[in-house]
Amino acid sequence: MSSLALRDNEQSGLMARWSRSRHRWSDVLFRRLTACFALSILILLVWMLITLALNARQALARFGWGFLWGRTWDPVREQFGALPFVYGTIVSSTLALCIAVPLSLGVAIFLSEHAPRGWENVVAFLVDTLAAIPSVIYGLWGIFILSPALRNYIEPWLASTFGFLPLFQGPPYGIGMLAGGIILAIMVLPIITAVSRDVLQAVPNTQREAALSLGATRWETTRVVLAHARAGLTGAVILGLGRAIGETMAVTMVIGNRPEISYSLFDPSYTIASVIANEFNEATYELYVQALIELGLILFLVTLIVNAVARLLVWSVTRRTREVQRV
Amino acid sequence: MLLLCLLILSTGGCGGTKDGAEEVSLQGAGATFPYPLYSKWISEYHKVNARVRLDYQSIGSGGGIKQLTERTVDFGASDVPMTDEQLRTAAKEVLHIPSALGAVAVIYNLPGVASGLKITSDLLADIFLGKITKWNHPGISAHNPGVSMPNADILVVHRTDGSGTTAVFVDYLNKVSSEWVGRVGRGTSVNWPAGIGGKGNEGVAGQVKQTAGSIGYVELAYAEQNQIAYAEIRNRSGIFLKPSVANITAAAASMSAQVPDDLRVSITDAEGPAVYPISALTYILVFREQVDEQKGKAVGDFLWWAIHDGQKFTGPLQYAPLPDDLVKKTETRLRLLSFNNQPLLHR
Repeated sequence: MSSLALRDNEQSGLMARWSRSRHRWSDVLFRRLTACFALSILILLVWMLITLALNARQALARFGWGFLWGRTWDPVREQFGALPFVYGTIVSSTLALCIAVPLSLGVAIFLSEHAPRGWENVVAFLVDTLAAIPSVIYGLWGIFILSPALRNYIEPWLASTFGFLPLFQGPPYGIGMLAGGIILAIMVLPIITAVSRDVLQAVPNTQREAALSLGATRWETTRVVLAHARAGLTGAVILGLGRAIGETMAVTMVIGNRPEISYSLFDPSYTIASVIANEFNEATYELYVQALIELGLILFLVTLIVNAVARLLVWSVTRRTREVQRV
Repeated sequence: MLLLCLLILSTGGCGGTKDGAEEVSLQGAGATFPYPLYSKWISEYHKVNARVRLDYQSIGSGGGIKQLTERTVDFGASDVPMTDEQLRTAAKEVLHIPSALGAVAVIYNLPGVASGLKITSDLLADIFLGKITKWNHPGISAHNPGVSMPNADILVVHRTDGSGTTAVFVDYLNKVSSEWVGRVGRGTSVNWPAGIGGKGNEGVAGQVKQTAGSIGYVELAYAEQNQIAYAEIRNRSGIFLKPSVANITAAAASMSAQVPDDLRVSITDAEGPAVYPISALTYILVFREQVDEQKGKAVGDFLWWAIHDGQKFTGPLQYAPLPDDLVKKTETRLRLLSFNNQPLLHR
């Protein structure tokens, strides 16, 4: 760590001397300009946070912290609680990642490491096409194809095989948390795949050649490449997670839209983004609107926290593998 | 030569449109329920009066009221009359102009059971309260002799997005079930005691069509278009009726004595033998005192046309025309439309 810092210092010292001698003016300008751009992102984030909080201040004052663990959402009686929506958002996104991450990493590894030239382009094109489909189409596909398949075949099979687990109990409607998670998985798959593939392809070939020359198998070589690309892969997964948390249309069409907390993946659930989209137009009184905006604020915070946790998780895992490698 | 001909033709064409008075464009927004009818009206009215350009965005009743109050549109539209509180927020007097009638159909999917299952108001409330959970419940069988009801779970499907359709449906349940009043209440979004939510009429219709044993509610047009079985509902006279153009108009006609001067009225659960009980009025909302004379006049003319000539387009789209005495009352309200406190319509 200290040697790294030293090297950075040396480098910036060199840069400074260099810029002093020649393009001093334009360099300073350029640095300031890019710093402004970077800062604008921060300002935008803080500004959004403040606007959300200001627009939700009545609801914040009225419900306090109780909003976070309230379980009732009753616009008629002016009772608003966010817990079922937070639960639905986190569980559906987690489910989506559990399905999508292994799949898309597999596809990306195949494309960058093992696929014959012609294949690579075809599959990559198909994956990119998946990313371009509007979410309402995914939703319709969910209602008319996925949900009947789940109801008639997959959920009954899950119930009869793993029915002893609370995850797979209750009547199989085909609509619910499982359908929502699967739709989300399909939607985030192209993003994670495309970014991971680019990251893996950016790994210098010398890495692969070095591993192979030491007598490593294809699998061992791939592991070396993965270790080299871990930071980029983390970014890919987090991008996918961002889309899963914020997705509205497709999820609301298949998740059942019922603000209840249930362990079973067969039961209907509801996400924050969906309830905002569904109820904002017809929110007929001020407190109702404010409660929905407060949900937006919570979505914002949930995204921040989940991102931080995901980074922490990946960081701790990669650090361990680095130590193992060193040994 | 050809070029010259074209030139003459095109200038001739231009002159034709320039002869007319200045073009007026009107913005409206609100309820999704009457949207098919309003878009038909917009294209038909253009044939009658090419000078007026109308634009309607179906963003929902609540949105329509909000946009009218903020004066971002020239007219709003809503399936539910504005509440007293909303009228206070609007500050200036708002006219409720009934534009057409519609009905909410109770749809279901029961393999082996044809369209026209007979359901009473009590059964309907109990099903949507989650108290009746099986299709072979004795209460349902009692009213449907000869129909073998399956021993299947009932899956309730309701609208998840705030909607006028929901408001009409729960308004009916509020009138027929005291338990509903206590547990759920009225509104465009409510805390449903049972079932799953579909997004939009198409979401509910799609869900019911897909799932055996499900029951839901949609606008009549959606039930017809999707060819989904829908129920006969028992009215206050004890007669089971399917929604139809005649039954819906009858509901409004039977309420005409009770219609207040401002025309804010609910016509669910109306009295009379030929009445379909889950019927509704849909409104166009305008400020009584207009801020622009040209636009105010154009809105007035359009609404006058809508409640008279426009009514013949209702039937084919599964809406029902306003009964005659309601048209008379609406005329009186329309004449109140003013600019600088001078009436805009001279009819």
